[in-house]
Amino acid sequence: MSLGLAARFAGRELRGGLRQFRIFLACLALGVAAIAAVGSVRSSIKAGLAAEGAVLLGGDAELKFTYRFATPDERAWMADAGLAASEIVDFRSMAVVEHQTGAERGLTQIKAVDDLYPLRGTVRLEPDMPLAQALDGRDGVPGAVMERVLVDRLGLEVGDVLRFGTQQFVLSAVLAHEPDSVSAGFGLGPRTILRTKALGNSGLLAPGTLFSTRYRLSLADDADLDALETDAKSTFPNSGLRWRDARNGTPGVSEFVERLGAFLILVGLSGLAVGGVGVSAAVWAYLAGKTSVIATLRTLGATRETIFQTYFLQIGALAILGIVIGLALGGLAPLIFAPFLDAILPVSARFSFYPEPLFEAAIYGLLIALIFTLWPMARTDDVHVAVLFRDALASARLFPRGLYLVAILALMILLVLLAALFSETPWLTLWTTGGIVGSLGLLTLSAIGIRAIARHSARALRGRPVWRWAVAAIGGSGEGAGPVVLSLGLGLSVLAAVGQVDGNLRNAISGQLPKVAPSYFFVDIQKDQMPGFTDRLMNDPAVRKVDSAPMLRGIITRINGHPAVDVAGDHWVLQGDRGVTYSAAKPAEARVTAGKWWPEDYSGPPLISFAAEEASELGLGIGDSLTINILGRDITGTVSSFREVDFSTAGIGFIVSMNPSALSGAPHSFISTVYAEPEAEAEILRDLANAYPNISAIRVRDAIDQVADVLSGLATATAYGAAATLLTGFLVLIGASAAGEQARTYEAAVLKTLGATRRRILASFALRAGLLGAAAGSVALIAGIAGGWAVSRFILEMDFTVIWSSVLAIIGGGILATLLADLGFAWRPLAACPAQVLRARE
Amino acid sequence: MTDPILSLQNATLSLNGNAGPVDILHGISLDVQRGETLGLIGPSGSGKSSLLMLMGGLEHATGGQITVLGQNLADMNEDALARFRRARIGVVFQSFHLIPTMTGLENVATPLELAGVRDAFGRAAAELDAVDLAHRADHYPSQMSGGEQQRVALARAAAPRPDIMLADEPTGNLDEANGRAIMDLLFGLRDRHGATLVLVTHAPDLARRCDRVIRLRDGRIDATETVE
Repeated sequence: MSLGLAARFAGRELRGGLRQFRIFLACLALGVAAIAAVGSVRSSIKAGLAAEGAVLLGGDAELKFTYRFATPDERAWMADAGLAASEIVDFRSMAVVEHQTGAERGLTQIKAVDDLYPLRGTVRLEPDMPLAQALDGRDGVPGAVMERVLVDRLGLEVGDVLRFGTQQFVLSAVLAHEPDSVSAGFGLGPRTILRTKALGNSGLLAPGTLFSTRYRLSLADDADLDALETDAKSTFPNSGLRWRDARNGTPGVSEFVERLGAFLILVGLSGLAVGGVGVSAAVWAYLAGKTSVIATLRTLGATRETIFQTYFLQIGALAILGIVIGLALGGLAPLIFAPFLDAILPVSARFSFYPEPLFEAAIYGLLIALIFTLWPMARTDDVHVAVLFRDALASARLFPRGLYLVAILALMILLVLLAALFSETPWLTLWTTGGIVGSLGLLTLSAIGIRAIARHSARALRGRPVWRWAVAAIGGSGEGAGPVVLSLGLGLSVLAAVGQVDGNLRNAISGQLPKVAPSYFFVDIQKDQMPGFTDRLMNDPAVRKVDSAPMLRGIITRINGHPAVDVAGDHWVLQGDRGVTYSAAKPAEARVTAGKWWPEDYSGPPLISFAAEEASELGLGIGDSLTINILGRDITGTVSSFREVDFSTAGIGFIVSMNPSALSGAPHSFISTVYAEPEAEAEILRDLANAYPNISAIRVRDAIDQVADVLSGLATATAYGAAATLLTGFLVLIGASAAGEQARTYEAAVLKTLGATRRRILASFALRAGLLGAAAGSVALIAGIAGGWAVSRFILEMDFTVIWSSVLAIIGGGILATLLADLGFAWRPLAACPAQVLRARE
Repeated sequence: MTDPILSLQNATLSLNGNAGPVDILHGISLDVQRGETLGLIGPSGSGKSSLLMLMGGLEHATGGQITVLGQNLADMNEDALARFRRARIGVVFQSFHLIPTMTGLENVATPLELAGVRDAFGRAAAELDAVDLAHRADHYPSQMSGGEQQRVALARAAAPRPDIMLADEPTGNLDEANGRAIMDLLFGLRDRHGATLVLVTHAPDLARRCDRVIRLRDGRIDATETVE
């Protein structure tokens, strides 16, 4: 009965319109919209990946081998299993173009194909022509197509001749679209496509060359992918083959999209928390204006329960309205911006309404609305009839009844659990929510502290009326110091933390590495080329150091006889193939942390020296056995030592090193790092490339730039998320300023009556906004740096230095935002006629 | 006879309401001499408070001329009027209008600070003492009773030693005992500082404490009475 009555009361109260709830609705709608939009884009991409799995994979299923071609048995199995099988060879090489001014060289990722390529999708070329025609070439010279970026860098025109190894090719067209590019993963050079059979005289793909082969199968419509996968793996158990099929053609991309989406949703959640501050402030202001109504209802016999329900239903209805608006905006935004998103996304997404992300956003919106409105609503309990028509809420106790506190705490725990469940990254969720709650706690304490300091410093500011008014207003209860410090502080904290992480990432990649990194990696050096190669470098005074090592690639398949993934999960060392080397003597720079290095003349069963940190993460101990599949052959060895490997110097770092007799029989090439003076680099590259056309040179600076580009894209996406948080913060600021406008109008009228000019009043308004902005900014400075440090140190595991330019710019922007929001609402108080304002209060 | 301290010549006031302009005052002409106490009485809506606001420069006259201390208020913009009021005009309202974020002492000191008085807080403390509220100096308005708030407002108005004090129904929100006490204080302060006082009130007995009483009706002067 009470609820029905409360609903009727609530309905009558809402007849007054929604004008005073604009900020409430905007905060909630924006926060929900951001989360819904990110989730919808993520679902759209995943749907696109799932729908076009076969095209992205380049076939219905794929068998991948590292370092080798398929054996006749494997080819026979593929011929039986599929309607057609297409072979692709993927490797790095140097494209060489002879100009009149000298040779131009560029690293490229070559895709050598057969006549069946592509089994799915279409290759688009400029000028438009069939791929087969392009690869046929001209006048007996085979053809190649290449991505625009490398064509331009090498100064090529369509029709020009270039060289890979010792084989000439004619550039038939520019590669505009490669249907299976996403599944190829991260490449260090732009793509070139040519025919495998044209490489016969190139000197490339010699034994030991680093390459991979992929066999794409076209299957019958009713093919059982599960059964085929099981059959392939059981027929060739120790072959090192890796299986992928159209059900999840691009697992790496899917996982990346999933992770990035989860992270952005967590950033969106922090934005929603900022919006929650605005929602809370709006409810607080609304209820403060309802004191007399509440007291009157009490006088007429309404119970506390009825009154709480009356306002709970009102706020609940408004929250649902805000969430629905947010869902509509967030769901529609990807559809509206589909053309733009299609242009920037590397995969084609299927934009549509997806209920799952909208449900997730709605749940977050509902929980945040409940958490942030229960507290102010609980204080309706404190309005007593005896204080009718007095400022009862202002003098109400700070904490509500225990029941409400328990409910708020339970809702917060539920929010964290649901966020962890939805994001599937519990640790990241706990870190993020912990950061948000910690920042909110710190900011709440700061707001209380700032008000206390303001109240106590008024005495020191006697004789400086403008300062004293500003400080008195901050110290008073009506100025909204809490919402301003909380919303702006949290928004700035998120942005500052993102800025710190971004800056440190960039520093780590582009600032620190080159100081110690080599100039070039040279790969695919054949054993018989090593003496000449080393000789050329060691006799060059501009070369400071050369490190060379044999290089094979292998997959760790078993630990102590058990499947490796069962023992150590999805550790990165077990995902894909890793570099493997051998060495008789302990390298000079290697530091053995446990066990012993084998004797130089050791020729017994295979022994392994494993990277210490990764061994610890995998749970390996001295004496454990590891099975490593190299070139389709299983080699089982015993871990005899651990050693420190420093990957941060960009030098040669192998997870696995073995004794020479274990590996030296296998075909392999050498890798070499060269540390040289920058001015000598071009000549070294020219000499070595001319002498050994098959080797590839990877310029470290180019590789770093490419990684930096990827990270820069991530940082940009994150910055967009943080900007949404700040926009919500700005909305809350506007809400706080709007809520304070009436108080300021009254204050300005009284001050004018006492003789204050508009300039002094404006200066006082600006000062209080600036002081609040500075206070929020100071907390954000601490919270942002702490957040950036925590993410850098514990998640990215890198060194951290404070990027002062970033943090100070963000804080300065925050102060400016507060000033703008506040002064935007200063016009009416300054322009109002004091007599009318004061008489209206009579 | 000396020049009047406050003079209105055919002053009119119209305000824009939702239903169009509303005429509040119609051609009011009157002079107030230095040191005089003038009571303004009349029924609700007769224009008493509006007339007081015109005298204090808190409202701009729509027509006519208002001269205060020899200055034509129409020649001054809002800031010039504010500067003019600082030390010369003190205003007391029915609803006190204390600044809620300031203590009693700070409220009283504000006009003194604005006027650049060196020992603003010392003088403010003395003014509070004069209204028997020294013990409430550090209390905020919300911590005071209505009578106490009005005494702070009186102290604030009197603190700069204004030439003119304008009081708009200062006892309207108070009970009889508090109202009487406030009026005693108001006239006491006026006597001590020798200020000219214009008092708006509903109560004829309070008005009769003034030298002269003007009765307003429908925005016009209905009658003038000199109290013996």
